[in-house]
Amino acid sequence: MHDMSAASIMLSNSTPQQLLLAGDWTVNGIGALAKSLDEIEPAQGMIVNAAGIDSLDSAGAWVLHRFLTHIGGQGETPPVQEMHPAFARLLNEVGQQAANIKASIPEAPMPMVAALGKLVVAGLDQAYALFSFVGECAAAFAGSIRHPSRIRWRPILFNIRSAGFDALPIVGLLSFLLGIVVAYQGSGQLKQYGANIFVADLIGLSMLREFAPLITAIIIAGRSGSAYAAQIGSMSVSEEISAMRTLGIAPLELLVLPKIIALVIALPLLTVFADVMGVLGGMLMAGSQLDVGAFEFFDRFVKAVSVTSYMVGICKAPVFAIIIAIVGCFQGFRTQGGADSVGIQTTRSVVQSIFLVITADALFSVAFSALDM
Amino acid sequence: MDTATNSEEAVIQLKDIKTSFGGHVVHAGIDIEVRRGEIFALIGGSGSGKSTLLNELILLQRPDSGSIKVLGLDLLDIDTKETLAIRKRCGVMFQHGGLFGSLTVSENIGLPLREHSELDDALIDELAAWKLSMTGLEAEVGAMYPTALSGGMMKRASLARALALDPELVFLDEPTAGLDPASAGEVDELILRMRDLFGLTIVMITHDMDLLWQAADRVAVLADGKVQGSGTMAELSQSKNPEIQKFFAGARGRAAQVQDEPQSENILSGSPAWKPK
Repeated sequence: MHDMSAASIMLSNSTPQQLLLAGDWTVNGIGALAKSLDEIEPAQGMIVNAAGIDSLDSAGAWVLHRFLTHIGGQGETPPVQEMHPAFARLLNEVGQQAANIKASIPEAPMPMVAALGKLVVAGLDQAYALFSFVGECAAAFAGSIRHPSRIRWRPILFNIRSAGFDALPIVGLLSFLLGIVVAYQGSGQLKQYGANIFVADLIGLSMLREFAPLITAIIIAGRSGSAYAAQIGSMSVSEEISAMRTLGIAPLELLVLPKIIALVIALPLLTVFADVMGVLGGMLMAGSQLDVGAFEFFDRFVKAVSVTSYMVGICKAPVFAIIIAIVGCFQGFRTQGGADSVGIQTTRSVVQSIFLVITADALFSVAFSALDM
Repeated sequence: MDTATNSEEAVIQLKDIKTSFGGHVVHAGIDIEVRRGEIFALIGGSGSGKSTLLNELILLQRPDSGSIKVLGLDLLDIDTKETLAIRKRCGVMFQHGGLFGSLTVSENIGLPLREHSELDDALIDELAAWKLSMTGLEAEVGAMYPTALSGGMMKRASLARALALDPELVFLDEPTAGLDPASAGEVDELILRMRDLFGLTIVMITHDMDLLWQAADRVAVLADGKVQGSGTMAELSQSKNPEIQKFFAGARGRAAQVQDEPQSENILSGSPAWKPK
């Protein structure tokens, strides 16, 4: 490799109308020159001398071609003299190809109403597809009930372990911390009224009814729902789903039902664990901030928290489980194209399942208060 | 393009390359030399270490021992700066394209220019459109995403990206695999045309006998971790080595030979194969 010399262009001193080109017209140095070339005014009767060009690559050839058509004006190009034959061939190639290249016209931005309409249609389309998917899952589940031999126990057990047992540490830790935070925040208020013992009511009701089921569902949506979407998504990208269909195996039965069944079993169990850890955290904080000992705490806890409150929390969990598993699998099946799409659908699955879990929780609150529970 | 290129200059020199994975020996001493401006093909059965060798040439893998010189640089002893420099001087077309799914075809082709040059965006778009048309793709393809492309279009787009920075050396991994015969034939021509236009040195891995007869100047046959033989296709077809004969003995090998030999003579002599009455 010889040393780089900058691409340059100048008017010849001896012969006016003659442009001298020199240097390396290559991708590395042409950028600066390309801008200044556009500023040169077109003129008639120019002659271009290319003897000084040391090297020319396709970027340089393109810039040179553009310059030649620009400087000549009216579609005429000035003659190029003393160019190395190899460079001339490349320049000629550019000239031939340039005719084929249509400038890509950027798409006009959509009017706002059209964009809004498109968004709504896409949303409705997705909702329709989601309901169809729920229907298909229900039909597949009904089929499995009629033919219990078709239920696949191994993937169910595997999923209970991966979505349930393996999640115990993170679920336990987070609900323990949540218990601590709730007790700590509440203790300041309760102290003011000397109502220290009511920390057991606060912790018991909030954890068992709301926080434990919700935090567990949110963790599992982020942990397992996303994994379902990513797994099924990559499988459909690599044509594994299509292969499964051609082999006469229903993807719903092999991939979706076991996940739903496993999560419906695992999530309530995880919620119970979250209940225990959350109350434990709250109790610890009650002891250190409010001087409520473990014995007093439990004494009050049993009186304040009814079995109904506990059951209200637990019975939400299977519903959340169904939402998480179905949304995760549904978004996985909607994956089209490549790796990028897997990422998009996985994100969607987490956002949508958390959104739907919280919406369902709100509906539960309304329903339970109407039922006086 | 350098004006003072010596056609006999070795662009790639491999000496005594040894590679093994665990206990499995992939290369047991490979010596290969590729000269400037030639189309060099590596062939060999599955698992003969062709792809590993290619990965070693494009700095994705390291051999256990030996020396690799590419464009005058010793690949086993270079720093980060030289690595980047050599990467800019080499283009690679991967078997499955390796096009980025999140970018359109034009953006894929323009990406190396955007990363490694100071050109402005409008100029990069024009250059990308030109490379696209040079590889025989319609202008509309530029706005498409790689997942929407057919196999042949994907190979062309991938070649266009490999050529974006005007490399001196281009590596092609199975340029015609998975293509119908017509598209494969077009890729053969494309490779030859690109070589003539840019003075490229091309190293390719292929099993396509047609492509080998049509395009390859020299071919090396890999088997049992060694180069079993190298030379032109005509030379190799006369070889008595059983590992080399495998490629020519099968029905596919014979068909390609019968079909292509007269044609390649025509190119040399420049006279039509049939004579008008």
